[in-house]
Amino acid sequence: MNEQALKEFLYKMADDTLIIGHRNSEWTGMGPILEEDIAFSSMAQDQIGQSLALFTLLHQLGEQEPDTVAFMRNANQFHNCILTELPNQEYDFSIVRHFLYTTSATLRWDMCAHSSYEPLAQLARKVKGELRYHSLHARTWIQQLGSATEESISRLQRSLELAMPYALGIFEESPFEKELVAQHIFDGEKQLREKWISSIEEVLGKTRLVLPDLKVIQPVLGGRKGQHSEHLQPLLDEMSEVFRTEPGAEW
Amino acid sequence: MFDSKQILEWLEEVKDPEIPVLSLVDLGVITRVEFKENKWFVDMTPTFVGCPAMDYMKQDVERVLEEHGIKDFEVRVTLADTWNSDKISEKGRLALRQFGLAPPPVLSTLIDDLSILEHVACPRCNGTHTELRSPFGSTLCRSIHYCHDCKEAFEQFKPLDS
Repeated sequence: MNEQALKEFLYKMADDTLIIGHRNSEWTGMGPILEEDIAFSSMAQDQIGQSLALFTLLHQLGEQEPDTVAFMRNANQFHNCILTELPNQEYDFSIVRHFLYTTSATLRWDMCAHSSYEPLAQLARKVKGELRYHSLHARTWIQQLGSATEESISRLQRSLELAMPYALGIFEESPFEKELVAQHIFDGEKQLREKWISSIEEVLGKTRLVLPDLKVIQPVLGGRKGQHSEHLQPLLDEMSEVFRTEPGAEW
Repeated sequence: MFDSKQILEWLEEVKDPEIPVLSLVDLGVITRVEFKENKWFVDMTPTFVGCPAMDYMKQDVERVLEEHGIKDFEVRVTLADTWNSDKISEKGRLALRQFGLAPPPVLSTLIDDLSILEHVACPRCNGTHTELRSPFGSTLCRSIHYCHDCKEAFEQFKPLDS
C-alpha cells in the first residue's frame, strides 16, 4: 500500500472534520433557537471525535500525537478544503454550508466503508450511522427553509451561490489520485463529486431553490495543498490557544 | 477460578457515567471477554466515536478487574465489532425507562428518515401522543421529545445503526 498516498488522504479527511467541527462549535450558545444550538454543538462533538479517530490512525502510521498534530501546525500545513474554514456568517450560510459539506462527507465515509485499508473501513462503518443524523438534520432544514417564505428562500439561494465555488473545492484532486483508486483505498474525488451532485440535486429538487450552473463556476482550490483563505489562521490561533499555553499539560 | 461469565457479572458494576442505572454490559459496549495466552482480554466499543465518557468507562472496567484480583488483563477499545442501538439488552431497555429515558426502537432497516423518532412512547405515561423536538439532545446519544399527554419534555436514547 502506498503509505504516502494513504496519509495524504487521511490528513485531508481529518482536517476537514476538525475544522468544520470547530466552526460548528462556534454556534454553541449562539443558535437561533435552542434546538439548533444543541444540534450544531452535538455535530461539532461528533466531528471532533471523528477527527481524533482519524488522527489516531495517522499516529499509528508514524505521525505525531493527535493533539500535537491538531494544535501545533500552522495554516499552510492543513489540508482541509476552504469551504470548511469560512466563517459561520448568518445561520442561512451555516445551514447551506452544512448541507453541502455533510452530503459530501456522508458519501465519502460510505465509500471508505469499502476501503482496502481495513482500519479506515472499520471506522467508516461506525461513522456512517452517526452522520446519518447530520445529513437528516441538514436535509430537513434545506427542505423546510427552501420552500418556506420569500425571505428564507432568497437567503438560502444567496448562500448557495456564495458557497458553491468553495463546495466544488472539496473535490480538489490529490497528487495520489491514481494510487488511491488503483489500490482501492478510495474510489477517487471524481466519483465522489458525481455522487454529490446527484444527491444535492435530489434535495434541492424538493425546494424552490435553484442549483447554480456548475459548468460556469470556477472551483476555489488550494486548500488541499495548504493554500488557505485569510480565515484559517485566526481559527487555528483560537482553537489552539489553551493547548499552546502549556503543550503537554494533563487535563 | 472464574470464567468469562463471571467476569461479565463483575462488570455489571460498571455503569454508564451519564446513565448511572445502565451497566456497560447491558448497554452493549463490552463486546468480548476472552482468556488467551494467560491473559484476560476485555474488548469495548464506543456508542459514538466522539463519546467523551469512553476513557472513564475504560478506567472503571480496569478498576473492577483489579478489585477482583485479576492481574494479567488488557482492556482494548476497538471498532472491530461496532456498536448499534440493537446491542442494548432487554434489561438495559427497562433500566433506561425507569431512569426516564425512552429506549431506542429495535431497528428493522437502516434509518433513512427522521420518522423513526416520531411518536416515541413516553417513558412516564407510555403514551405515543408525542413529537420529536430535536434529533440532538443533551448528550450525543439522546434526542429530545415532547409528550402531549404529560405535557412534559423527555429524552430518548436514540437509535443508531451500523
